[in-house]
Amino acid sequence: MSVETTSVASPSRPSLWKRLPVIHQLRQSVGLQRGMLVAGLILTGIFVLAAIFAPLIAPFGYGQLRDENGTFGAQQPPSAEHLLGTTVGGYDVLSRVIWGSQTAMLVILIAVVLSIFAGVFLGLFSGYLGGWVDRVLVVVCDAIYAFPSLLLAIVMSIVISGGQSSLFGGILAAAISITVVFIPQYFRVIRAETVRIKAEAFVESAKVLGSSSFRIMFRHVLRNATRTLPLIFTLNASEAILTLAGLGFLGFGIEPTSAAEWGYDLNKSISDVTSGIWWTSVFPGLAIVMVVLGVTLIGESMNDLADPRLRTRRRADGAPAALATSTVVPGGSLDSVADLDTASVFKSGEALS
Amino acid sequence: MSTLTSGEEAVRITDLGVTFATDGGDVRAVDGVSLSVKAGEVLAIVGESGSGKTVTAKTILGLLPETATTSGAVVIGDQNVVALSGSRLRELRGQDVAMVFQEPSTALNPVFTVGWQIAQGLRAHGRYSRAEARKKAIEVLEKVGIPDASHRVDYYPHQFSGGQKQRIVIAMALVLDPGLIVADEPTTALDVTVQAEILDLMRDLRDEFNTAIVLITHNMGVVADLADRVAVMYNGKVVEEADAVTLFGDPKHEYTKKLLAAVPHIGTGRASTRERAMDRALLDTKQLVVARDLEIVYPGRLGRPGFRAVNKVSFEIGEREVLGLVGESGSGKTTIGRAIAGLTRVTGGSLKVLGKEMLGIREREFRPVRSDIGFVFQDPATSFNPLLTIAECVAEPLLVHGRADSVQGARAQVDELLEAVQLPRSFGDRYPHELSGGQRQRASLARAIALKPRLLIADEPTSALDVSVQAKVLELFAELQREFGFASLFISHDLAVVDLLADRIGVLYHGELVEEGLGEQVLGAPQHPYTKRLLASLPVPDPAAQAQRRAELHRLRREGA
Repeated sequence: MSVETTSVASPSRPSLWKRLPVIHQLRQSVGLQRGMLVAGLILTGIFVLAAIFAPLIAPFGYGQLRDENGTFGAQQPPSAEHLLGTTVGGYDVLSRVIWGSQTAMLVILIAVVLSIFAGVFLGLFSGYLGGWVDRVLVVVCDAIYAFPSLLLAIVMSIVISGGQSSLFGGILAAAISITVVFIPQYFRVIRAETVRIKAEAFVESAKVLGSSSFRIMFRHVLRNATRTLPLIFTLNASEAILTLAGLGFLGFGIEPTSAAEWGYDLNKSISDVTSGIWWTSVFPGLAIVMVVLGVTLIGESMNDLADPRLRTRRRADGAPAALATSTVVPGGSLDSVADLDTASVFKSGEALS
Repeated sequence: MSTLTSGEEAVRITDLGVTFATDGGDVRAVDGVSLSVKAGEVLAIVGESGSGKTVTAKTILGLLPETATTSGAVVIGDQNVVALSGSRLRELRGQDVAMVFQEPSTALNPVFTVGWQIAQGLRAHGRYSRAEARKKAIEVLEKVGIPDASHRVDYYPHQFSGGQKQRIVIAMALVLDPGLIVADEPTTALDVTVQAEILDLMRDLRDEFNTAIVLITHNMGVVADLADRVAVMYNGKVVEEADAVTLFGDPKHEYTKKLLAAVPHIGTGRASTRERAMDRALLDTKQLVVARDLEIVYPGRLGRPGFRAVNKVSFEIGEREVLGLVGESGSGKTTIGRAIAGLTRVTGGSLKVLGKEMLGIREREFRPVRSDIGFVFQDPATSFNPLLTIAECVAEPLLVHGRADSVQGARAQVDELLEAVQLPRSFGDRYPHELSGGQRQRASLARAIALKPRLLIADEPTSALDVSVQAKVLELFAELQREFGFASLFISHDLAVVDLLADRIGVLYHGELVEEGLGEQVLGAPQHPYTKRLLASLPVPDPAAQAQRRAELHRLRREGA
């Protein structure tokens, strides 16, 4: 098994792709945590694939009402022709669900890219430089926290699209409102990490060397402060989907002719529920739940895996494990005791200067 | 249970093996260890970090984490702790065996009174009314020497000093009269003068209550002071076991000999410092650092006066000279080092570093001088950026001061530096966590001397290291000092370490420099009572000599009182 070979090969680093965030965690995990991570990855994988290959998978377009056989007909139950039935507006439910993943993914990407850069850099400067800049930024972020995010999103969607709903108007409205809410989150996390790292000895040692503040911030602090970003990223992604769906449900979504949107479809299916037409609400709803669940599962299990105290490991199997050289013994292994003074340091036999 | 009579076995460990599941595969931490402790006996388990001594001790209480798999037997009374679980194990803890932890300030819960915390142990093992429990708590606090116990039983942990906190932790262990106490590095976090008191207390426990004590430590002086029998652990195995006098007088195993030889003694540094002083006399010496009535005050909270960390301290450091600063925690020694490096603001008096007045200096004015100052931090584990390789870390000063344009360009110089600190070149490509503590501290030295500084500040550079590693690093430090000829401020709490390296020694006490002079004068004929007490408190790794020193210390204390 490859695990063994990597642990034996002494200081050489594992290959790059094994160190990538999610891959690394996947290889590290066992038991329930691995199950959670794998389930999350599968759900999210289906979502991403559906979004990318929507034009190929979906039997019809998102705004398609008719084909060569005439109109689809409204509220048709699932059949061979329309696997998941049709909506009250006469759209194909399966196609809408698949196309909807594309919209959702666009919103996540735009929202996270916009907020991550702004949040990280503001947090870094604020935390490292401190002083009044820091205080003002913290107060502003607290104020944004106090603001209901959905209300903000509604205002944004009115400002951007003027009430009209085009594809990009809708997506941008959702993405920007989410961005405004997320920047404080990234800001807070990065600022807290920065303040902690600022007191670490390696930052002080950089100061003693006379490094400029800019160099310290970007070379020493930033890379050490981004550990928790993948986690917030996943949590925020699921929140972004919920906000988008919420906007659509409240009627600030995207018109069916511009793009497919799960929240909008849910809104239109309210009246169907009481008349026994279940397929128009269940499938978009299920899509939202599954995507949020998938992304959250990844986030949660990555959080557990990142913490050595929460991470579960395979039990030692009782077989006498090699008294490995990996045991932390500063003096070297037992047989080198006789020449303790040099052997431990000159394992590779390099010459003295 | 305290019903044990002298000579009866308190615990017997047979063929103990402990394996941990880790990210890097299984690791065997303890391998085939057999030991036993009798009532009224102190068994010291010594070894370096990673030798398995703490794991062995924790097994006695069944305190290992879930990732551990245990084999063999630990028998207390007629029960095998390894096979016990749940409620039986809980009954055993506290009643038959108790533990004293390393860091008293974290072993006590800050939001409960100490009386409550002591009573908690009582209530877990029987029915006690509130008044009874309180009475018992006061009794046991008196036993461990907390003055005014009936009143202070209602105090919170932060209202006690470090030494008193450790006494309270010991009181918690004692309250149910366990037959066996496991003390895991009980004095490591304490100052030497306080350490001496705690060791006295533990000796009393053994003599008066016939308690068996398992003492885990890496400090050979502590072993010589307290232990009846010593087990030396190395790489998860017991390599030697003997009574204390035999072990110190006639060590059998190669490792034990090395370990004992590595412990610094007072008086060993004299020859080398005298030699250096002669060398220096030939040069005309220029003062690199001059402090006059230096004052450093940390600002207090709103409306409170600040904390005066350094008070009217005057000293000089000449070229090629090593000044050792000794003092206990809170004496201001680190603050002085940081002030010289421009990390802490000077608030009064005068401090001239390489010709620049530090009082009210701006970072921009000080930056050019920084290339002439090196700094070695206490903990090598945190003083490296964990995401950069050793080569990148060592190249950092060269890059910052424009002596090299890239890490690759600096590599030749970095290789030379690594060789100067006796590390193989290939270590440059490793990450800090892949090096042991001693190797990291060598790399830290390499970084500090990269710019060939005229002044090197070393803040407790060896206190996080094991003795044998410490000896190597100190040797290296002395060698580098000879070769590169930098002046140095060497800060340490260990008199013996300072004695090895320093030409002159300054003793700090509560922010004041109580004594300063040549190493021989300060250590050979101390004038100030505090210096005398500090010297007498330092345990030496020789049971007979230590007994004499103990008597001397008791005499000094009586005089002082």
